[in-house]
Amino acid sequence: MAGIAFVGLLAAKPIFDVISRAEDPKKAAEAQTAAQTQTKWGMAIKIANCKDGCTDCINACNTIHNVPDIPDPKHEIKWIWDVNYEDVFPEQNSPFLANSLKGLPVLVLCNHCDHPPCARVCPTAATWKRAADGIVMMDYHRCIGCRYCMAACPYGARSFNWVDPRPYIKQINPDYPTRTKGVVEKCDFCEERLALGLIPACVEACTEKALVFGDLNDPNSDIRKLLATNYSIQRKAELGTGPNVYYVI
Amino acid sequence: MIEKAFTGSRKYWAWILFLLIIIAIGFGYYLLQWYRGLGVTGMSRDVSWGLYIANMTFLVGVAAGAVMVVLPYYLHNYKAFGKITTFGEFLAVAAVIMCMLFVTIDLGQPTRLVNLFIHPQPHSILFWDIVVLSVYLLLNLVIGWYLLRSQYYGEQPKAWVKPLILISIPWAISIHTVTAFIYSGMASRPFWLTALMAPRFLSSAFAAGPALLIIACLIMKRFAHFDVGKEALQKLAQIVLYATIITVFFLIVEGFTVYYSQIPEDMSHLDYFFVGLNGQTTLIPWIWTCLIFWVAAIVLLINPRTRKNEKTLVLAAAMVFVSMWLDKGLGLLVPGFTPSPLGAITQYLPTVPEILISLMVWGIGALILTILYKITIGVKEERGEEESHAISFSSQ
Repeated sequence: MAGIAFVGLLAAKPIFDVISRAEDPKKAAEAQTAAQTQTKWGMAIKIANCKDGCTDCINACNTIHNVPDIPDPKHEIKWIWDVNYEDVFPEQNSPFLANSLKGLPVLVLCNHCDHPPCARVCPTAATWKRAADGIVMMDYHRCIGCRYCMAACPYGARSFNWVDPRPYIKQINPDYPTRTKGVVEKCDFCEERLALGLIPACVEACTEKALVFGDLNDPNSDIRKLLATNYSIQRKAELGTGPNVYYVI
Repeated sequence: MIEKAFTGSRKYWAWILFLLIIIAIGFGYYLLQWYRGLGVTGMSRDVSWGLYIANMTFLVGVAAGAVMVVLPYYLHNYKAFGKITTFGEFLAVAAVIMCMLFVTIDLGQPTRLVNLFIHPQPHSILFWDIVVLSVYLLLNLVIGWYLLRSQYYGEQPKAWVKPLILISIPWAISIHTVTAFIYSGMASRPFWLTALMAPRFLSSAFAAGPALLIIACLIMKRFAHFDVGKEALQKLAQIVLYATIITVFFLIVEGFTVYYSQIPEDMSHLDYFFVGLNGQTTLIPWIWTCLIFWVAAIVLLINPRTRKNEKTLVLAAAMVFVSMWLDKGLGLLVPGFTPSPLGAITQYLPTVPEILISLMVWGIGALILTILYKITIGVKEERGEEESHAISFSSQ
């Protein structure tokens, strides 16, 4: 009996592998063989470098991506924003947290996970993990607005357009699409800028060099060198999502 | 057969008119939501599912609960349920249609619904939920209608319906299991991340579905003078009783693991639900009403005197139905989203448009149920119940 059950489990495993994975299995296999040459974009945030009250990176992102400024906090759209250290890393909390970290605003954004739960649950592949460079992409035209991805994201990185965002955009940037009501959006690591050979807008805007962006698959990249010589943590790494945003404490 | 729905008393037409008014009002507000977006609801960035998905989840249970009359009758030849199996099947039909409407009105871009079919993603549990719900709807519609039609024309049902009936039984389990998997597979929300989710869903479904059927049977007895019989009602009451007890047991089991293990994140969600968190106490009356109703209903149903008295029976059934809605509706969703992954406590209260749009869907469900039940009563009164469902799988 146990033998039969075991064989049954073996037979079921490939099926589970398929349904629990967001990417096409064939593409994933190709991606694995190409892993050595493939790009994997990631970001490191040196939280101590942030200047008090500085929002340069947030402003740059919002302006370039037509992120609306909606006053009602329930309807806010956020791509990159800051939250207290204690809430970003609840598992790091202790009664004797270093003074420098207490209440420290820490930048949060989409982690462009290796195994994104949002892409796994999306019923239409309106959000998916791009095999070529690991960016978790959004198709604003395919999204049906079911918000399953928002429930699945362990980082609260996703925003939904509860209302038409256009009246809340101060100056529309014609080079980037505005969104309609009823779709989900989030940080896309400036994939439109990367395609032109530019670095993400937030990284460019930071005068304190607090944000380091690069290819995590390239051992000679700035980000890899930084991570090799500094202690860094990820948000909720224990969930196995494989976040690609690192925090240098 | 359908002509039975077009003749009725003044009360029947008054009820239909009442439902149409509710639907019309709700539809007006749905148009408002259509033009302004889901911002007209109380949902937010942190609590991103609300009353609509809560109702959807609960109604999948009502639909699955119908199997509790189908199974004893067809598989165990339990004759007392002969008169109510069709009502069970049609209850499932109305409930599944309501589920689908609730999912649709919750979409930010309802016109893109078609993307679900042109870009289906088997790794999304929502895809499987749509598959199992659609098939369950078809199964119950075909089985219920065909058997009633056979009775109407005095014909022996053909054999092809038998495998459909057999499939519909495990299928009922599947719809609620898959719906539970929507929640229980997400690492992001500790409140939902429990293997007990599907069993809990099923036990509450087997209480809520038959409870609604008891209420419907007593309404039909009063207003349509159609009596399903004491034995059927009493058996339904017992099913509701045990399913409610198991639901309460599951909640205790869940609570034990969370509070004995003392994992802070897991506790924060239950705290928010039962005692409040950081001064936020919105949900406390919610869950305590639910608990009081459970206990009161169990007492009323366990005591033979109050179970056999139709007045106390309908009260108990109503308390079970409402408490299961409280528990599995917003009681499941809001604590799941609160506190948010970033520790924020955002209050959620449904808005007036949101409530009226939900009532529209309930109104449509009640309308479908009324029409189907009216037809069923008409056929059964004309034909008598001896021939009803002249199909059986065992000779016990």
